Amino acid sequence: MDNAKPKLFTPFNVITGLILLVGIPICLYRFMGGLGAVTNLDNNNPFGLWIAFDVLTGVALAAGGYTIGTIVYIFGMKEYHPVVRPAILTAFLGYFLVGVGLAFDVGRPWRMPYPFFMSQGFTSVMFEVAACVALYLTVLFLEIAPVALEWLRMKALRNILVKATIGLTIFGVVLSTLHQSSLGSMFLIVPNKIHPLWYSTFLPIYFFVSSMIAGLSMVIFESSLSHKAFKNIIDAEPHPFDHDKIVMGLGKAAAIVMFGYFGIKVIGVAHGNHWHMLATPYGLWFLVEMVGFVLVPCFLYALGVRAGNVKLVKFTSFLAVFGVVLNRFNVCLVAFNWELPMSERYFPSFMEFMVSLTLVTAGLVAFKWIVTRMPVLTEHPEFRESH
Amino acid sequence: MSISRRGFLKIAGIGGAGAIAGAALPAAASESDFEGYPDRYGMLTDVSKCIGCRSCEAACNKQNKLPKPETPFEDLSVLDTKRRTTAQAYTVVNKYNTRGSSEPAFRKLQCNHCNEPACVSACFVKALTKTKEGPVLWNDKLCVGCRYCMIACPFYIPTYEYDNAFSPRVMKCTMCADKVAKGDGAPACAEACPTEAITFGKRSDLMALARERIRTAPDKYIDHIYGETEVGGLGWVYISHVPFDDVGLPTNLGGTPYPKFTKNALAAVPMIVVLWPVVLGGVYAFARRREAIDKQTRENAVANAIETTRADTQAKADQAREAALKRAASQAENEKKKAVKEAVDKALEEAKQQQSGEAPKEGGA
Ligand code: SF4
Ligand code: SF4
Repeated sequence: MDNAKPKLFTPFNVITGLILLVGIPICLYRFMGGLGAVTNLDNNNPFGLWIAFDVLTGVALAAGGYTIGTIVYIFGMKEYHPVVRPAILTAFLGYFLVGVGLAFDVGRPWRMPYPFFMSQGFTSVMFEVAACVALYLTVLFLEIAPVALEWLRMKALRNILVKATIGLTIFGVVLSTLHQSSLGSMFLIVPNKIHPLWYSTFLPIYFFVSSMIAGLSMVIFESSLSHKAFKNIIDAEPHPFDHDKIVMGLGKAAAIVMFGYFGIKVIGVAHGNHWHMLATPYGLWFLVEMVGFVLVPCFLYALGVRAGNVKLVKFTSFLAVFGVVLNRFNVCLVAFNWELPMSERYFPSFMEFMVSLTLVTAGLVAFKWIVTRMPVLTEHPEFRESH
Repeated sequence: MSISRRGFLKIAGIGGAGAIAGAALPAAASESDFEGYPDRYGMLTDVSKCIGCRSCEAACNKQNKLPKPETPFEDLSVLDTKRRTTAQAYTVVNKYNTRGSSEPAFRKLQCNHCNEPACVSACFVKALTKTKEGPVLWNDKLCVGCRYCMIACPFYIPTYEYDNAFSPRVMKCTMCADKVAKGDGAPACAEACPTEAITFGKRSDLMALARERIRTAPDKYIDHIYGETEVGGLGWVYISHVPFDDVGLPTNLGGTPYPKFTKNALAAVPMIVVLWPVVLGGVYAFARRREAIDKQTRENAVANAIETTRADTQAKADQAREAALKRAASQAENEKKKAVKEAVDKALEEAKQQQSGEAPKEGGA
């Protein structure tokens, strides 16, 4: 950021450059050649990596926006204010990519406005998801817009939007509650296709509660990474904040939510009386998810907070995030069609992986571009909040 | 620390409230309330009559102008592998080894034109509809291609043209709706079947026919019409001489119409929309009030401290500070002690600077 020219061949630039170089042609190929040309999707497996990762995982990992928004603006816990903007920026980019991911996945993406303007299938959970995601993306846009407006010094417009913060936050939480849970509801219609350990009438609640885990953990994870990656920007901030204290607080919250989540998952198994299934291969896999990536991180969070071990809490956030990702993959792909023979199951193609990787990379590049220019990790000197 | 503790309880509370608001209530009525359109058409497959000749496949292919298959319809070797419907074949016949008989059994797969179809309820643009004539039809003009209908169908029926880049279609049996509507006889498969294993007619008539067949040959048939109640009733029903499970008709689907599984979750939407802003607004108002009280407390303490300091000499300042702190502490909640102390310290510092700044000026004047 000095007057020296920024270096072009940094490791970040080289790696992202290579990914985009391979990924972008594949993205184009998807639209020229059709879904069949790049994916392993088939008639038994209509949902693949792009739904499991780009959509289900993307939405869950972007939950930091509404989680932190609630903590700071609604509960009034101002000490978490420094992580609001990065969390909302992450959420905005995340949801934007969910939309892009959907455009790759649906057969006729140019018809994506149809459910809003042409014909409304109110009986479909997919309709609720589509409506909420579209609305929430708009809300996030309005929430993050002040960052760009401060950067552009458009004071008047910025002040109007900032005044709307509370309203937007509440609307955002309503929308998030709805679509985070309805991503789970989407699978309520397949009781015969999903393994009983993952199928439950509580799926919407599971998805919603675990989205909070993802949200809290992602904020820890992502803000810790930003702290390392953008050290020079943060150090230049005249009013440094206590990042470790924020990490500890979020870690504690995550531990409590995870404990509750583990509890309701156990209730689900008890409710369906599926205990005997735990001793099957699928049962073991279920235990890996529930113990390895829910109970263990829950315990590690608690331990880290008690012992004042920031490093441990940061590490645990990675485990917890991975646990939510694993859950989405399990519901959507691993436990789905579990009774079909192996030959009729789905595994993503290389090109599907590349498209997902390309989208994530594009998101990272956008994040970096924005935080190195706009007041996200720091406060704009002219718009410092009085608190 | 205790600030955050209270916050966490709230976060945990959100989980609880969400659980209540978003709960998928247990299905109130598990069976179908919808009797189905009274005069709708249906089909009856008599599995015991099917000889696996693939005539229906050929007729369907011709009627729907589907592409020619790799192996001709006369080649019966394809029966040795299990097949499903594809974008090129709305119907396929499979061969099954069954418990009831040493001979293999055959069954034709196609859309069952459910009374309350999962696929129809799953479509977010209403591209799929259950017509009152009976067939479940797909609309090329609306489909976005999300393929949720394929996920939802309990029978693995709808297929997709994955290789079509610009206008991929959902492909499935239409019960020859166009042909029938034109008055051009029965669906092609039923007309082509040499053994009359497939019968077309009003569903109510077909149910009577099926019952009659079972009644006159009770030793031959399983005493059940598959599709009478399954998933809320099918438009295409089956009778069989071998267990239904053995010919690929799952018997564990239950009688609940599939749309019911998501109906309750969707019913929770207005609940959340109404309840959530109220709850969150309440929490917000509460937090604001507490903040105002805290601020007031802090300001009072600061004012007191400044007052005391100004009046007293530097030697007495420490004492005053203690006093102010104590006063503040009695007003503030315990956990605010630290914040108050900081504020007081800061104010003191400022006051001191101010004083020392003012002193020379006074001296000069
Ligand atoms: S069998 Fe499947 S595709 Fe046919 S109507 Fe029923 S749910 Fe829809
Ligand atoms: S693929 Fe088409 S018909 Fe099927 S649910 Fe999606 S929009 Fe509806």
